[in-house]
Amino acid sequence: MTSIWIVRDYENCSGCRRCELACSFHHEGWMWPEASRVRVFMPFPGVEVPHLCAQCDDYPCVESCPVDALSVDADTTAVIVDRDACTSCGACYRACPGTVPFLHPADNKATICDLCGGDPECVKVCKEAGYNCLRLVHEGMSPNRKLFSRNPIEVAKDLAVKMFGEKGEEVI
Amino acid sequence: MPGGYAGKWLEVDLSKDKIEEVTYSDKILEQYFGGRGLAAKIAWDKVGDKWSEMDPLAPESPLMVYTGPMTAIYPGTRICVSGKSPVSMGTVGSTAATELANEMKSAGYDGVTFMGKADKPVYLLITDNSAELVDASHLWGLDGEKTLIKLNKEVTDELTKRKPNVGLWKDPGMIYIGPAGENLIRNAAVLAKICHAAGYGGYGSLMGSKNLKAVVAKGRGTLPVVDAPEATILLWKKTHEHLMARSAMRRQGTGYAGYAVGADTSSEPIRNWQEEWHDEKSFGGPMFETRFWVKKKWADFNCTTNCMKVSCIKTGPWKGDITDMPDYELQAYCGTNFGIFDPEANIHLSALADQLGHSGINGPNTAGFAVELHQRGILSDEDFGFKPKWGDVETFDKILRMMAYREGIGDVLAEGTYKAAFLIAKMKGKKPEELLKYAVHVKGIEVGAHGTRSDADYTHDISYAASVQGGDHTSVASDGYNDMSGAVFTDSAVFCNFTYYGVPQSLVFDFAKAITGFPMTLHGWRSVTGPRIVTLQKALLMMGGPGLKWEPIKDDDNPPRFYEPLPSGPYKGKTTDKAVVDQKLQAYFDTLGWDNRGIPTKETLKKLDLAFLEKSMAKLR
Repeated sequence: MTSIWIVRDYENCSGCRRCELACSFHHEGWMWPEASRVRVFMPFPGVEVPHLCAQCDDYPCVESCPVDALSVDADTTAVIVDRDACTSCGACYRACPGTVPFLHPADNKATICDLCGGDPECVKVCKEAGYNCLRLVHEGMSPNRKLFSRNPIEVAKDLAVKMFGEKGEEVI
Repeated sequence: MPGGYAGKWLEVDLSKDKIEEVTYSDKILEQYFGGRGLAAKIAWDKVGDKWSEMDPLAPESPLMVYTGPMTAIYPGTRICVSGKSPVSMGTVGSTAATELANEMKSAGYDGVTFMGKADKPVYLLITDNSAELVDASHLWGLDGEKTLIKLNKEVTDELTKRKPNVGLWKDPGMIYIGPAGENLIRNAAVLAKICHAAGYGGYGSLMGSKNLKAVVAKGRGTLPVVDAPEATILLWKKTHEHLMARSAMRRQGTGYAGYAVGADTSSEPIRNWQEEWHDEKSFGGPMFETRFWVKKKWADFNCTTNCMKVSCIKTGPWKGDITDMPDYELQAYCGTNFGIFDPEANIHLSALADQLGHSGINGPNTAGFAVELHQRGILSDEDFGFKPKWGDVETFDKILRMMAYREGIGDVLAEGTYKAAFLIAKMKGKKPEELLKYAVHVKGIEVGAHGTRSDADYTHDISYAASVQGGDHTSVASDGYNDMSGAVFTDSAVFCNFTYYGVPQSLVFDFAKAITGFPMTLHGWRSVTGPRIVTLQKALLMMGGPGLKWEPIKDDDNPPRFYEPLPSGPYKGKTTDKAVVDQKLQAYFDTLGWDNRGIPTKETLKKLDLAFLEKSMAKLR
């Protein structure tokens, strides 16, 4: 089986966070970084980590939902949230190996990247700016994808060492 | 409330541990906009006729940390720090790129005015529609990098503890001071993101005088609603298209200028401005880029100019030093101005200046001044405790530290170039003029790294001489007033200069109108709003402070060095033309409706709705 997927090349992230703005324009109608389905963490300046759903092959968030509010879109493989059914219990983000989902700042409903139905806005602005940190690929499903679902602070710790060498061990 | 504003400001009385929310009328906001303009007005409102007598480092001296209506929505997030400047006695709209600005607006606040002095070190923590003072005793004394690392973790942990059931909390935005600010180094900076600074004005010492270590914000709300959302989104896309087309700026930032400004335009400070030309190819941009730039496209929130590049030294004695390119100003002031043309040494000294909390322009200007005084036989080896040498990293490493901790001669240099000249003159039994001829400052503000003598750079005759922000290279004066009004605009709307230049000005003003709903035009800004802000700043500057009053005309001038002929390079022999300065100064005063001594006239004050200044200005006329 193949599907679309957003590749993330962390080192290419400038930290401009236009992905957050493009996402919130699309989903919220206005600039709302904290409601964006992609959130760029910056636990140390220069170490920027775009954090978004990696579409795990076994979808632990979907499995964990006690009210079946989460489902997998058959076309895109994105996780779709039934906001009316969601009870804001938080089981989904606790089940996620990278704690990617979060509860929406306005209504506390589970909030997860839906790949904009197949044509993600974050990818468009990242490509337009020439960063290509976020890129859309159409590839075979792989257990490797799940490995990208990691706590962003842990990712940042690794990136810091790659960028700063030994000093990177101290900065986050 | 007009669009773009969160709609409320905080007033924090540090002496009384009291925090209030305030709002300003639509009229005040239309007249002063935000950031630099609004800060000058609120500073006047807080201090008034007592301005001349008030020590800027006294508890009653206000400190402003303001966004503007365009902040975070227009590309290039920035915060404006202002108040009565400890170096110029006027106000400076000193801005730094930091996510503090967008986090503050997302939290529901446009800015904070601090009054009083905390009885122990504190930081202000702003969260959604709430703010509190937090003990910062454990952070006092820490350098910039350690302060940021600790604060980032402790605030994120605290917010997670308070509200654990929302998923992961993201890092807050912040500004902070280092040891230089804490120890009241008069020209110290307010810092952010380890290497970004609100450098001009000396607001690091103003924060230090209030025992205020940092301002931190995390908001989960939307950015403020605007007057015309659809137009704003369209203009946002258009503006980014212009920014993304600036290919050289995006690739190099200002990191290629450390070589080019010296080699091309002969306007780079070398050994305290004794020369402005060099052809040191060792200092070329690619030498920095190839060996040290570990991230080549680094931006702040909502910016695609990405002029910043992250530098890191990975081997040798300075292993672990991290800074930006350095940008041109620090390549010059922590490099060529020390007689240093080695990228690695320059990165080390820039990182050191940042972590100590110096302004990387102003503190190093004073260090260079001190070494020239030694060269001229005015200061001795004994004064330093060692033999200072141009081009020697150890020399400047030591002086920057001695200044930040006020050790030895550093205690005197900590007063900034201008005041230090008087103190050293007294120490050595000399006339101040004998030292001031080496002091490269205007109105107490050390001059940015763009000279006027070759006339080949963007800075000319009256750029600094006429400016209400003295030596500030980001906001220079020009005859006809045009450039000046640009910086007054970006510092009051509060976004980055580097997301302004390269974008058609008509587009920027359409953007301003779409956000605020004010009838904004370039003409209106240049003829009324800009002049109002600059006239207010001029009035405050000329009112001065205790022991420091600028003399009209005499002090509206370049430093003596800028009238010496350039000693080397393709522009050898050229210098700033004093007759042109005098003539353009008068034209500048005329344009703004100031009298022939540069004091705003009664009619001008009335026309600009600044009649509240008349009493103070009448005394100066």
